[in-house]
Amino acid sequence: MTTLTYLIPVALFLGALGLGGFLWALKSGQYEDLDGAAERILIDPEEKKRPLI
Amino acid sequence: MSCCAPGAEMALDLNGATSVLPSSQEIRLASRSLGDDLRQTDLSVPTVHCAACIQTIEAALGKLDHVESARVNLSTKRVAVRWRGDEVPPFVAALGRLGYEAHLFAPEIDDKDKTLAELIRAVAVAGFAAGNIMLLSVSVWSGAEGATRDLFHWVSALIAIPALAFAGGIFFRSAWNALRHGRMNMDVPIAVGVSLAYAMSLYETINHGDHAYFDASVSLLFFLLIGRTLDHVMRERARTAVKGLSQLAARGAMVLRGDGARDYLPVGEIEPGMRLLIAAGERIPVDGKIIQGTSDLDCSLASGESTPKNVAPGEAVQAGVLNLTGPLTIEATAAAKDSFLAEMVRLMEAAEGGRAQYRRIADRVSALYAPVVHLTAFVTFLGWIAATGDWHRAMTIAIAVLIITCPCALGLAVPIVQVVAARRLFENGIMVKDGSAMERLASVDIAVFDKTGTLTLGQPRLVNAPSIDPAMLTVAADLAAHSRHPFSKAIAGFAIPGGQLKFDAVTEHPGFGIEATDAASTWRLGRRGWAGWKARTGGEGKHGYGGTVLTRNGMIAACFVFEDALRADARAAIDQLSDAGVPVEMLSGDTAVACAEVAKSLGIDDFVPCLLPSGKLERIETLAKVGHKVLMVGDGLNDTPALSAAHVSIAPATAADVGRNAADFVFLRESLVAVPLALDVSRKAGSLIRQNIAIAIVYNAVAVPIAILGHVTPLIAAIAMSASSLLVIGNALRLRTAEPISQAKNVRRDRLSDFNELARSS
Repeated sequence: MTTLTYLIPVALFLGALGLGGFLWALKSGQYEDLDGAAERILIDPEEKKRPLI
Repeated sequence: MSCCAPGAEMALDLNGATSVLPSSQEIRLASRSLGDDLRQTDLSVPTVHCAACIQTIEAALGKLDHVESARVNLSTKRVAVRWRGDEVPPFVAALGRLGYEAHLFAPEIDDKDKTLAELIRAVAVAGFAAGNIMLLSVSVWSGAEGATRDLFHWVSALIAIPALAFAGGIFFRSAWNALRHGRMNMDVPIAVGVSLAYAMSLYETINHGDHAYFDASVSLLFFLLIGRTLDHVMRERARTAVKGLSQLAARGAMVLRGDGARDYLPVGEIEPGMRLLIAAGERIPVDGKIIQGTSDLDCSLASGESTPKNVAPGEAVQAGVLNLTGPLTIEATAAAKDSFLAEMVRLMEAAEGGRAQYRRIADRVSALYAPVVHLTAFVTFLGWIAATGDWHRAMTIAIAVLIITCPCALGLAVPIVQVVAARRLFENGIMVKDGSAMERLASVDIAVFDKTGTLTLGQPRLVNAPSIDPAMLTVAADLAAHSRHPFSKAIAGFAIPGGQLKFDAVTEHPGFGIEATDAASTWRLGRRGWAGWKARTGGEGKHGYGGTVLTRNGMIAACFVFEDALRADARAAIDQLSDAGVPVEMLSGDTAVACAEVAKSLGIDDFVPCLLPSGKLERIETLAKVGHKVLMVGDGLNDTPALSAAHVSIAPATAADVGRNAADFVFLRESLVAVPLALDVSRKAGSLIRQNIAIAIVYNAVAVPIAILGHVTPLIAAIAMSASSLLVIGNALRLRTAEPISQAKNVRRDRLSDFNELARSS
């Protein structure tokens, strides 16, 4: 019983963290272009040149 | 450059002649101010489809002067460009050079989809609550007792509050709305069931009771919200795809002031008496009279005539027709609100009747279902009071009845089938506006087709190419490449790549044809009377299309015969419809001769030529009065009233804007097989919906007696509800795996080429 008093809040807190994360991602527009996000990973940033070794 | 450029270039080629790039004034008109001199323009770029496209477009646009940023959205195939200053940066031209065709969005439709965001948030909250409460409930079911059980119940009650308030709010509002207007919908029993279940569980928790239904009330919301969100996503996708097609109505026009100044005004501000400059390739914005210039007008979208019309000063022109060859100055004779287009919209709004009266299957079922369920629960309550006199027990059992009958499966039964069906149609290039459209399509018993632009492509095709001297054909093709007249486009298709002849000067004589000179001779391609000025057969030839000839120094070198090209698979589509028990009729604004020809080659027995827009409307209304459920397929402005008067309507992507908005279905591909395919999928969906409702009713028939007898525990309720929902979803998915219908086997490849077709369709 005593373990439950902290395990349940911990479980709920972690769950709420995940929910909060999702809602934040939704609000900041990360779900607006899912196809684009998948493709953009293939684009190299232009300015960064690999240093010669 | 990019993997998609070749296809994109082709699309641009095909379009080059009919769509002119939006002018910078038009872009400014359609842009939206973000304050501080910053403006945003949204462009639809249908051909973008990979990482290379994104990079190419963003880099090229970012390099232009005054452009602040450019961001591609691959999911919606749009580019948002932010720019400063008075000059509009030439981004449409820049995209054109890269091989991407872009068209403008109307400024009012780029608002973010608030409903979708709310639904997804509600799903997230309900999912979180359902998961956690279910976890606690499982512990209770597996034997937690006494203080532990009470603790778990209290925690569940707390978690359920935000879920009910936030996720449940959608149902409560909708139920309240329905009740206030004296109607019943599926949300009424949901709202009543969920809130009563919560209230009773809270009472039980306070009194240290055994059974709490927190899990049932929240997971019910979760399931139903998933169905509702999927439904919304599907409709939204269809909507954006249709909006992404290029706008065919003029947005504004160049007004010539008395003092010679030129102003670009939005269509709404044009008044009768103003002089308007219409460049070749632009659409006429309002009804008017030609003051200066000769040209050919493409009236196919406005009146259904397939042959371009020759116009000269003094003639009246209708709003919506496309100016093909020469610049015109017209004097507006009516404001936009009194023009032909507005007239069509008025007819359309007046015609909207049959469709508004249609009640969806789900609503019809719930109108019966909700009273029966609520009555059963009430009778159960009275019965238990009479039998035992125990208020608390009677209340608990009555609420258990409400929970078990809560239309989880029923709420999913209809939308889930329609989502799967819409997905299936989407893969075949057909957009569905909403679920009720499918229900209505499944019940049609007669199909009415427009001719020009629907059964035919509205584009002439050269039919006697094999009999023309190849050398002359090459000359003609090279000449034709200089014009945007539909006949020229048809001839230009026969050009030999790289075989360009050297002409010294090429001039287009609007209304007559093209003239070019080379070292030895003068070539003319155009109307017989003009081009063949030395030929003995002066004047118009015997051919139906006025006779188009190629002449060398006035002597006829080749004759060209055209016919309106039939849409791909038109014959197959008509046959399939007839096999499906739907007879076909053709209504057209074109001449009887042209109609008879098309009707004969397609095997259509019934057709009515030379109809005015109101004539088409009347025909549809007559059919409806006799008791027919009419399917209307059409594309022109003149079809719009008929489209909205019909029981259900389908338009091709090339249809006029108003027509596309009025139609329930829009198909993006050229093939007309889309029509029987949509009918077939809708009918299959209809039978699956009926099966699903039957499943839900059988489930209730089994579960309700158990609940009435008082044997339902929260565990049984959870299992029963989930099982019935899964059964219904599983049944709906059978539509996906149903054997492919004709062209469906090429879905994968076709889906890739959809982008091109989206572009081509403009």
